[in-house]
Amino acid sequence: MSRSTSASSMVRRALSGVVFAALLVLAGCSGDEFTDAERATIASLSLDQLPPLPADPSNRVADDRLAAAFGATLFFEPRLSGHGDVSCSTCHQIDRQFQDDRPLGRGVGLTDRRTMPLAGVAWSPWQFWDGRKDSLWAQALGPLEDAREHGGNRTAYAHFITTSLKDRYERIFGPLPDLSGIPQNAGPLGNAEERAVWESISEAKRAEIDTVFANIGKSIAAFERSIRHEETRFDRFAKAIAAGETPQGDAALDESERLGLRLFIGRANCVTCHAGPRFSDEHFHNTGVPQPPELPEDSGRAAGIPKALADPFNCLSRHSDAKPEQCGELRFVAKDDHAMLRAFKTPSLRGAVSRPPYMHSGQIATIEDVIDHYAAAPRPPKGESELKPLTLSEPEKQALVAFLKMLDPRTSPVN
Amino acid sequence: MGLKGKIGIALGAVVIAVAAAVGYMMFVMAPPSDLDLARSKKTAKGLYAVEIAPENPAFERNMLHGWIATVKTADGVAVEDAQITVDGGMPQHGHGLPTAPQVTAALGDGRYRIEGVRFNMSGWWEFKLHVSAAAGEDDVTFNLSL
Ligand code: HEC
Ligand code: HEC
Ligand SMILES: [Cu+2]
Repeated sequence: MSRSTSASSMVRRALSGVVFAALLVLAGCSGDEFTDAERATIASLSLDQLPPLPADPSNRVADDRLAAAFGATLFFEPRLSGHGDVSCSTCHQIDRQFQDDRPLGRGVGLTDRRTMPLAGVAWSPWQFWDGRKDSLWAQALGPLEDAREHGGNRTAYAHFITTSLKDRYERIFGPLPDLSGIPQNAGPLGNAEERAVWESISEAKRAEIDTVFANIGKSIAAFERSIRHEETRFDRFAKAIAAGETPQGDAALDESERLGLRLFIGRANCVTCHAGPRFSDEHFHNTGVPQPPELPEDSGRAAGIPKALADPFNCLSRHSDAKPEQCGELRFVAKDDHAMLRAFKTPSLRGAVSRPPYMHSGQIATIEDVIDHYAAAPRPPKGESELKPLTLSEPEKQALVAFLKMLDPRTSPVN
Repeated sequence: MGLKGKIGIALGAVVIAVAAAVGYMMFVMAPPSDLDLARSKKTAKGLYAVEIAPENPAFERNMLHGWIATVKTADGVAVEDAQITVDGGMPQHGHGLPTAPQVTAALGDGRYRIEGVRFNMSGWWEFKLHVSAAAGEDDVTFNLSL
């Protein structure tokens, strides 16, 4: 009897030892040590691995300081709108990571999509959730003429520059066209009356107005190129790991953060799409995010590609400063990739924890719900989701959130 | 067999099972270790020998970049009149190339410039060329590990 008791307690002890060892292994091999592969991945996510700001040959003032300063003025200028009450910063708020905390952006009216944060956008070859614009300057022209955003028109904007900002404009771009006798409100995307008036303007004059309009975009783009990601706790940790040092102080990870990091770059596969220093592959994926019933059906990137190709302000247009061979993104875009149906641009995860709600139309309210979405990998409303269901325990879900919090500049003590 | 022996076997089985599960989890997305990464290959039917080289050897994930493909017949003669199309993707993720690369120039000596290549993710990529020339049509698949 006593023999079997001691034997069973021996089994129990031995088994609990195995279970403990197995847990350690499951948690990621040998306690605190990362494998070489994990180290390399961690280093690749560090902000200091961000490549130099990509040139934009389609915008000759992209790196011009006068243009950037002029662009900053325009970005915050509400007179650059139909009723003088909407600027880019209405939705892209400087103290809120250049977004607005709403499920759907609201200007003159309510839009169909979530306002995107702007840090690091200049590293992204395609703009908008569906990538329907191939440069920052072409992007900026969209909201200016969108009835639900700024609700203005390009003739009114050319008049506004001429009357209020003539000197600053001309210092950068040379003489403004003569707009005397040109009606105040006209444009190809306005209401019926504005479109009719636009048609009545001579083609040569319309081309001159288009140039002023494009230059507004190019100046705003020059400003946006200066909106950068801030260093976070994760970056201090990754820098130490890359240097082969032990992370110290706030750069050290607690157990949950470490588990979250391992899941993120390992079994949960987040890093396949949320890759590199921006935590984005800058591409488009269908991740089974639901279609809000009250909004028009959204095909995502599948609809964005033809729009980018047809955009009169794209890299191959006459307003572009690039040579055609410099427009690689447009020339080599995969035109009929069936995977692009309801595919949306991978957002950067830097700062994501403090800017709910999530996804392209703010469909998911909290970061915890986002993790549940990835665990469940729901069937997409259209197309094919790239996600596969994930088995995550409660502590593992919390660990992913704890890791994402490290990517938030706000939760990092500054000094 | 004594009790200790049985315990030993049971524990061994647990350890193997755990190790197998961990191995599966950690390597499920890693490229197969025996992947043939040769950049110079015969086409499937043996009609051509194709070599590929990145124009910028330091290309990185997510960079739009170009490759030079050199096409020769099986007996080593440069093929000048080839029509080449490019395809590929990530077999483990089930998606294709994020861009549509194209041959933009025949450089002579059987060399062709392929532009517009981008690999947006790390991992195992297939880079497939379909070659059509006087000797016939043939295919070759290269593996790249990023
Ligand atoms: C009414 C709110 C609103 C206003 C005003 C607005 N935006 Fe946006 N912005 C959005 C929304 C919503 C999106 C996503 C839209 C989409 O994908 O269709 C967006 C997307 C963007 C993007 C794309 C970012 C990326 O990562 O792809 C940039 C850049 C941008 N806006 C800059 C601007 C600029 C510059 C202005 C002023 C000229 C401006 N926005 C005015 C709401 C707004
Ligand atoms: C197949 C590519 C892919 C994978 C894998 C992936 N994501 Fe995403 N992620 C996306 C895309 C695309 C979106 C935007 C989807 C949309 O709006 O329809 C997104 C959105 C998000 C958002 C919302 C960000 C915002 O600003 O709205 C968070 C947070 C996020 N992902 C975290 C994760 C985590 C954590 C994992 C791993 C469990 C993960 N992602 C795995 C592609 C991916
Ligand atoms: Cu992939």
